[in-house]
Amino acid sequence: MRIEIDAKGVYYRDLNRKIRQAVREGYTEIYLKNVNGQYYIADGIDREVTIIIDGVPGNDLGAFMDGPTVIVRNNAQDNVGNTMNSGKIVVHGRAGDVCGYGMRGGKIFIKGDVGYRVGIHMKGYKDKIPVMVIGGKAGDFFGEYMAGGVLILLGLSEDGDDRPIAGDYLGTGMHGGVIYLRGEPDMNRVGREVGIVPLEETDRNIIERSVKEFCEEFGFDYEEIMKGQFTKLVPVTNRPYGNLYAY
Amino acid sequence: MNHLFTKDISGCGLSGIISTSGRMIPGEQIVRSIVLQTDRGNGLGAGYAAYGIYPDFKDYYAFHIMFDSVAAKDQTEDLLESVTEIEHAEEIPTRPTENIKVAPLLYRYFLKPVREKAPREFQLLDEDDIVVNIVMRINSSIEGAYVFSSGKNMGVFKGVGFPKDIAEFFRIEDYEAYIWTAHNRFPTNTPGWWGGAHPFTLLDWSIVHNGEISSYGINKRYLEMYGYKLTLLTDTEVVAYLLDLLIRKFGIDLRSACTALAAPFWKDIDASPNGDAVRAIRMVYGSALLNGPFAILFAFKDGLVGLNDRVKLRPLVVGVKGDCVYMASEEAAIREICPDPERVWAPRAGDPVIVRMGKGIVN
Repeated sequence: MRIEIDAKGVYYRDLNRKIRQAVREGYTEIYLKNVNGQYYIADGIDREVTIIIDGVPGNDLGAFMDGPTVIVRNNAQDNVGNTMNSGKIVVHGRAGDVCGYGMRGGKIFIKGDVGYRVGIHMKGYKDKIPVMVIGGKAGDFFGEYMAGGVLILLGLSEDGDDRPIAGDYLGTGMHGGVIYLRGEPDMNRVGREVGIVPLEETDRNIIERSVKEFCEEFGFDYEEIMKGQFTKLVPVTNRPYGNLYAY
Repeated sequence: MNHLFTKDISGCGLSGIISTSGRMIPGEQIVRSIVLQTDRGNGLGAGYAAYGIYPDFKDYYAFHIMFDSVAAKDQTEDLLESVTEIEHAEEIPTRPTENIKVAPLLYRYFLKPVREKAPREFQLLDEDDIVVNIVMRINSSIEGAYVFSSGKNMGVFKGVGFPKDIAEFFRIEDYEAYIWTAHNRFPTNTPGWWGGAHPFTLLDWSIVHNGEISSYGINKRYLEMYGYKLTLLTDTEVVAYLLDLLIRKFGIDLRSACTALAAPFWKDIDASPNGDAVRAIRMVYGSALLNGPFAILFAFKDGLVGLNDRVKLRPLVVGVKGDCVYMASEEAAIREICPDPERVWAPRAGDPVIVRMGKGIVN
């Protein structure tokens, strides 16, 4: 059951009220057109509905979300998937800062670049393993304080883009989870509690599965992307600052 | 309005537009862009800077001044008459606005300093210096008088209210400008008052800022050594004066001034191939370094610059379409007035986006 909501000029509270009402009424596909900057779309929704967004949604898209699939046919702003619990967010453009903050389950796919502090404080527990795949490049503090889950950064970008695949302070404070980079990091810009370890069979499975899904969403050539070399970054010590205040 | 704005979302909002070909952009555009970001403020301050609005008086310094009392106005006019020639003076046009219950007296003066009127104090100063001196004197010595702006062919309209209210009050839709900046304030550390709303200005430098300048004390003491008087109770004031000091007085280029304000960390300077030049800037102008989170837009008669702090603790997005460059805290604020930009991106931390009239982005 599908419903279309015109978001043109609608205040974010009113829009989110309409969306929640549509969910309650049993609609399974909610199409939002003319969205521009409305905050908190899909926040806290705990049913497996599909929300399709035409336009640029505002900050905190999909925060605390628990089940829906959100497809953004444009760019997204800051704090996408803040503390989301399950479901899927697909962004057909770039996303801003702090994407996937404290994410604890579900999947996020971003076609283009992401901003600063992406994937920070991600966590995982038993079968709750959040996964984020980013097609472009990331700013500083990627995966900072990461405690669990999977971050995959593909670094696909146009010719002439001389930026490194990830910015400074990559994985600083990381103590769980795993980061896969398609390429090699500058180790001077990686947190000192993080190290490179060889890929194993399970890693390849995770990467293949996730990249396949990424390619299906955005139409990239899977074989081409998989030609790249992936680097696995994990925390190499559990207590990197154990002696910080101890002497 | 079908809702009440509440205070549950924090962080100021910024917006700026420049037409590098000098096309005049209606005020309605910047208003729509900043109003989209209404929830980033809390009604305790909003304002607009506009360039190119006074072509009939383009050779005169346009002083926008707020007065808390008629006495403050009389005193200020006495001061102005004693050292300048006032070509024209008038009340700034406003309209009754439901949400603006109280407002100061608001006047504008188009004037030129006259060195002969104060030969002893002004003999060694150029015109801009004299104007800066007058602004500092009004702000620091006349109780209840504060200069909103003092540049040529530009002006600042600001006060306590939401962006929509301030726009309505000052009839922003009546103006056209080739550069606009706008601010929506969420004051955290300092009072919300008319003189404390953004933009902050000196001559034709104007600043809108989201964040907080934790280095305010250091910056303030540095500026005071050069005769600037910091009277506006808000950290952002230092940014306007620092740019005036670095660029106009010290004569350093715009990009180096940005490097001084948001200098790279020492470890990055050590690793950089042109580290020596950057190290020199950071050492010589160390007291101009802005610490703390910020995104700022600064405008001047020849351009518009967007700059983030070194670890990007505040949002800033840039869009380009045709001869226009847009900068805002949120991409939606750009798309509200430019639905199909050719390019949209978030600049890197500490990396200024410099737009110049006639040239576009000059990075």
